[in-house]
Amino acid sequence: MSDSSLLALTLAEARDGLARKFFSAHELTLAYNEAVTEIEPLNAYITPTPEPALEMADAADQRLARGEALPLDGIPIAVKDLYCTKGVLTTAASHILDGFHPPYESTVTDRLWQSGAVMLGKTNLDEFAMGSSSTTSYYGPTENPWRRPDDNRPLVPGGSSGGSAAAVAARAALAATGTDTGGSIRQPASFCGIVGLKPTYGRCSRWGVVAYASSLDHPGPMTRTVRDAAILLRAMAGNDPRDSTSAPVPVPDFEAALTGDIRGVRVGIPKEYRADGMPSEIEGLWRQGAEWLRSAGAQPVEISLPMTKYALQAYYIIAPAEASSNLARYDGVRFGLRVEGNSLDEMYELTRAAGFGAEVCRRVMIGTYVLSAGYYDAYYLKAQRVRALIARDFAAAFESVDCLLTPTAPSAAFAIDENTEDPIAMYLNDLFTVPANLAGVPAISVPAGLSAGGLPLGLQITGRAFDEETVLRVAAVLESAAQFRHVPSFVAGGRA
Amino acid sequence: MALDKAAVAHIAALARIRLTEAELEPLADELSHILTWVEQLNEVDTSGVAPMASAAVTSLPMRNDDVTDGGCRQDILSNAPRTARGFFVVPKVVE
Amino acid sequence: MIEGRSGPWETVIGLEVHAQVVSKAKLFSGAATDFGAEPNTQVSPVDAAFPGMLPVINRFCVEQAVKTGLGLDAEIKLESVFDRKNYFYPDLPPGYQISQYQQPVVGHGKVVLDMPDGTAREIGITRLHLEQDAGKSLHDQHPTQTYVDLNRAGVALMEIVSEPDLRSADEAAIYLRKLRSILRYLGTCDGNMEQGSLRCDCNVSVRRPGEPYGIRCEIKNLNSVRYVMQAIEFEARRQIDILEEGGTIEQQTRLFDAGRGITRPMRSKEEAHDYRYFPDPDLLPLMLDPEWVARLRAELPELPDAKKARFVSEHGLSPDDAAVLVADKETALFFERVAAGRDPKAAANWVTGDLFAVLNRRGVGIEQSPVSAEELGGLIDLIADGTISGRLAKEVFAEMVASGADPATIVEAKGLRQVTDSEAIEAVIDAVLAAQTDKVAEYRAGRDKLYGFFVGQIMRATQGKANPALVNDLLKKKLAG
Repeated sequence: MSDSSLLALTLAEARDGLARKFFSAHELTLAYNEAVTEIEPLNAYITPTPEPALEMADAADQRLARGEALPLDGIPIAVKDLYCTKGVLTTAASHILDGFHPPYESTVTDRLWQSGAVMLGKTNLDEFAMGSSSTTSYYGPTENPWRRPDDNRPLVPGGSSGGSAAAVAARAALAATGTDTGGSIRQPASFCGIVGLKPTYGRCSRWGVVAYASSLDHPGPMTRTVRDAAILLRAMAGNDPRDSTSAPVPVPDFEAALTGDIRGVRVGIPKEYRADGMPSEIEGLWRQGAEWLRSAGAQPVEISLPMTKYALQAYYIIAPAEASSNLARYDGVRFGLRVEGNSLDEMYELTRAAGFGAEVCRRVMIGTYVLSAGYYDAYYLKAQRVRALIARDFAAAFESVDCLLTPTAPSAAFAIDENTEDPIAMYLNDLFTVPANLAGVPAISVPAGLSAGGLPLGLQITGRAFDEETVLRVAAVLESAAQFRHVPSFVAGGRA
Repeated sequence: MALDKAAVAHIAALARIRLTEAELEPLADELSHILTWVEQLNEVDTSGVAPMASAAVTSLPMRNDDVTDGGCRQDILSNAPRTARGFFVVPKVVE
Repeated sequence: MIEGRSGPWETVIGLEVHAQVVSKAKLFSGAATDFGAEPNTQVSPVDAAFPGMLPVINRFCVEQAVKTGLGLDAEIKLESVFDRKNYFYPDLPPGYQISQYQQPVVGHGKVVLDMPDGTAREIGITRLHLEQDAGKSLHDQHPTQTYVDLNRAGVALMEIVSEPDLRSADEAAIYLRKLRSILRYLGTCDGNMEQGSLRCDCNVSVRRPGEPYGIRCEIKNLNSVRYVMQAIEFEARRQIDILEEGGTIEQQTRLFDAGRGITRPMRSKEEAHDYRYFPDPDLLPLMLDPEWVARLRAELPELPDAKKARFVSEHGLSPDDAAVLVADKETALFFERVAAGRDPKAAANWVTGDLFAVLNRRGVGIEQSPVSAEELGGLIDLIADGTISGRLAKEVFAEMVASGADPATIVEAKGLRQVTDSEAIEAVIDAVLAAQTDKVAEYRAGRDKLYGFFVGQIMRATQGKANPALVNDLLKKKLAG
């Protein structure tokens, strides 16, 4: 099988091909290792791991030969460089973690390797997962494999899981892990034309994932298809006694939920998501999505989530607050960068000033401020109360509907140099994704169409807590109706 | 909320991030801008609403009193910029 | 009251005690808690705050805190919250301590002090909460560097805060000793101040009697009862001197300089800490099952106050003796083993008298007693059944201490059996009196004092083994003529 056709396979197809011995895990990984090298201009990877990948592939081949295949045997996966991988450089895309080689493996990636998956390398991201463009990385920005047909400017892949999204979209990973704190899986998935799933809070363990905002961080899968996401989620998910916020619930066979039958499913269309100045093509795609679902037997119904417009502000108080505390451990003492100082405090201050980028500093400062004496009630506590109201909105909505349909992002990918100086303009990218993080409910982005400028646009399905099955089932129908066959301009192996 | 340079300097000290004099003003503007934006939350009537600290559904899980960790000094020290005789090393603190 | 130049001053003291919880593993990680291990050998990546690490609470540490709360007669809060206390220090790897701020696991309680004048004084407990201990910073290993050992980082601490009810250094000492005793009885903390498993911060202020509380200063990290007392006395004096000069007290945190016996302000720029407390988002509220708490209450060991009352009522001991015996759990247990099936007053006398004297001389606790409870009991039995006299028993005891042998063996080996044979004693008496005819005549003429002389002679002739009661009986008869 040619490299480009190998690379064009979905995870489900590759799993099938390996089982039927159409090709070996070694061949598959070899093809992907080459792909990783080929897409270097995108700067999607910080640390490729081609040799360990081949070792893992060979081990998978041995198991396949013995008929003892593990669920993900031989499947090449890219890992967002926020997951600690034992003995492999882990940076969180930050200068402050220079040289950090964790002596432990994150629970989620450990599950993947225990399932036989192969690690292609660590992907680029916004520093400490703080961003929606992957332009704040210490290792330079990642480029979207998509470009506008009429304009050759490099575009952002979205963020913060931009490296993972770009790698999957450019066929230099069969699938990838990401994290989603305010939209960091779904928004880059939308910008890159792939599938990105933020599961329910606590569905995947946070142990070993560099923490940004503890109550909002969600590890999750980024894949080419909804079926692939279901497969990958099953391998990633599960209760972890080392994470006190991990949900003590069993992991269903998510793939089995993809029955294709959504008759009678009530789909909420939240009117508040019709934001002022929303591009008409996004609104058009949204309406189209509702039509697709109606044709498949679902019942779209307008609902109200009144607190929607406050979700971003609540997020930008809570996330920085938790981050300011979570990032206090980066002090030059036990790992990473140290800038020497004449005193202890000087060492701390110089190390952190040199080690953290501007966006991280900004959020740590905001977070420190909103927790400080005299401001805690007015900001942090207030935001937590608004958060409770947002969660209430969802709970009330889910009494009359089974899922929600919304756009994923308020725009398609924008140019890297369009990156505005106004942080708030950047924050608005998370408008449609943030509410699900605050409430902890699962949400998926599915590539649904192209913008007038020829760039991918995603639609988002949000569901009840721990009902990823409905979310995946509806998403699969959407995917099937949308028939998004477009491929980015830059793809490893060339466009097959 | 408008933050002035002194407030920013104070926050930076709390957060142990060294800022130059030149950085204080622009940062004060940026942070003030963000804080003013998030203050829109004051429009929301939250009286009687309990704060939501987490979306976690579980009760606090507890572990048994067993020694299951530690005894791995090499792992603990191997990433440190400076160690000596099994200790981490930092500039001297005077109390 | 302290007499100042311008009149009396009242000292107001509150103590914050940090008690290390007795447990095998730490509060939020599975690393060990043993004292004295090689640096950084009892550290989990969780304790060292590596990226991605998360806390999981140790059930037994919670149990120990609840038992302590019950032992302090305090309110157990069925719902409590863990907060992050944020500050930077090298022995605090995450840059925050997991503690409890607004909703601690234990609320109001009390400790009853046995005052020297026999009265009881109640000292209020404000709260008890669980928190992580920090690691150790060693500042004396190098001229320009501080060395950090994280073995202690993450060990469970109970912070026990008293109401400002203490009024003197002596009272503070009594409180501290009582608290330590209760913790040791419960087995929740070993109370070893030298090793740092019990640390004390003092809040001290002064005021004119009847006036509102004055401004207080906090004195940190006192690791012996003696230092606590010295620090309080110095600090009270210092504040009184300032106020009598017309000055005001600056609220500050101070350290005790043991070498010079003074308190001094901390040198680092101690701006008021803004700890930015917020509920730890990696944890959830601690919810306690009321039935579980009730079971712990039912299983509590007998505590010092109850034990003392029982010693007085059941064993007929004086309150003073009882208080001495219950002050330390091991001593009380020792006493009870000695007293089992014997005269408790005799047991109390031997333990608090002869045994304590030996222990004090050797500078050891009852755990290192050279004489076991069983052996001491055996000695008391030998007195009770007349085998040896009370006086010779002291000799036997000294030999038990020196050689470690048991009393019966010593008695036989040294031939110290009491002579109770009346005929034999009579014969000795006859011989002694026959040799002292002049003195016998003097006695009969009225010199009563000579009685003791005859007894002494008889004892000498019998190497002290004659039963004293029999001697008295027979001697009196013989002297009477």
